[in-house]
Amino acid sequence: MTAMATDTPLLRVEGLQAGYDDVQVVWGISLEVARGRMTTLLGANGAGKTTTLRAVTGSIRPRGGRVVFNGEDVTRLSAHAKTARGLVLVPEGRQLFGDMTVEENLQMGAYCARARRREAQQMEQVYTLFPRLKERRRQKAGTFSGGEQQMLAIGRGLMSAPELLIIDELSLGLAPVVVQQIVGTLQTLKDSGATILLVEQNLRLALALSDYAYVIAEGRPVLDGPSAEVGQRPEIRKAYLGL
Amino acid sequence: MSAVLEVEAVSKRFGGVAAVRDLSLRVEEGEILGLIGPNGAGKSTVFNLINGVYAPDRGRIVFRGTDITGAPPYRIARLGLARAHQIVQPLAGLSVLDNCTVGACFGREDLPLEEARAAAREVAAEVGLGTQIDMPAGQLTTAGKKRLELARALSARPHLLLLDEVLAGLNPSEVEQMIDIVRGIRKRGVAILIIEHVMRAIMSLSDRIVVLNLGSMLAQGSPSEVAADPQVITAYLGVAEPTQDAGHVS
Repeated sequence: MTAMATDTPLLRVEGLQAGYDDVQVVWGISLEVARGRMTTLLGANGAGKTTTLRAVTGSIRPRGGRVVFNGEDVTRLSAHAKTARGLVLVPEGRQLFGDMTVEENLQMGAYCARARRREAQQMEQVYTLFPRLKERRRQKAGTFSGGEQQMLAIGRGLMSAPELLIIDELSLGLAPVVVQQIVGTLQTLKDSGATILLVEQNLRLALALSDYAYVIAEGRPVLDGPSAEVGQRPEIRKAYLGL
Repeated sequence: MSAVLEVEAVSKRFGGVAAVRDLSLRVEEGEILGLIGPNGAGKSTVFNLINGVYAPDRGRIVFRGTDITGAPPYRIARLGLARAHQIVQPLAGLSVLDNCTVGACFGREDLPLEEARAAAREVAAEVGLGTQIDMPAGQLTTAGKKRLELARALSARPHLLLLDEVLAGLNPSEVEQMIDIVRGIRKRGVAILIIEHVMRAIMSLSDRIVVLNLGSMLAQGSPSEVAADPQVITAYLGVAEPTQDAGHVS
């Protein structure tokens, strides 16, 4: 990797504005995701985390601001065009194909041309990370527990050969012991050099895992910094509890 | 002070899920009580129990001295307990005024139509819809529909108003306006029980806060007391190392 590639952030979001119909949710969010690091976007319920991700990944069009990925302005690109460039979302609530088997769900992740070329290799990586998915590869996804579904959703995301893997609400609805397992896997993934943007309601968990953190409230930035420092800041409580 | 509403040891299950567990709370006369809690804490279920959408499995609900446990919503509305819903459903083809008039007709006072319409007109002005009373409700903006939802509930001239996320989807200046409207309603002696995700707003509006977590009361007190409560902070901010006994995830 060249010095240039290391210094420029893989993803840069500048002054993002986004919403639905006549409701604006995001009012000027900026953030950077450095290569090979885990960055986290935090905020209370309703703060605008998911809307930010939707605008970044292209399932809604930003109303203002810029999204620069790998040096390219991708602000106006559709979701599939962004996926094809390696900007990949693991959506909140997993959104698996319940009637398909594990392996079929994974194949769906490798749909775009770039990923299809690497399908076998990616599948090998997914099965190494999640041996449980390999054991159950002919089982239908709909019969899985919440934890297994989350593993499969992450696996499907990895099948898209991501440059950046964005995970929305990793721990939502999962039992603490299951969260622990998935966190271990994420740690492995991170150690292998993957670039990850994590959105998570469990602030302490996200800060413990990540390198850098952004906190937002009511669709606006509150603070950002190295995760270890952010956890100590008093504004955090205000962002979540309003006082 | 006397209580407008007393919820006594109420529980409600849905299948295997205990949505509300042994919850007791009081709303005093003229008070704004905030109900907060993480996603899935049971806040909306509590509202549904209070205004009769669900009957509790156990416990008792008393409104101004009358036991309303298990009574249907329309009867509870007649006693003077009105609710503004999170998902607004105006009668889209009717005017703003007619929507409010419907609220007035089915509220506490059994008003004749003309008086109901006069009351509705007054309330529409109070929430800032005075210049839009002839507009079909379906043409209002999101902020306008939120105001209308509040106006419909208020037209019933309630003693107690349940507000479910009336600030959701509003921009910052609309939030400020709505906060002023809610303060104005309280000034006229209406007690308010409010659920809200805009934390800054609910903390500044409420006299007291009740914090729910996993269907039970986690804490109650003044806004500053609950915001400093270590259990509340853990419920909102989570823990770094999830363990088997760290609590359930809803």
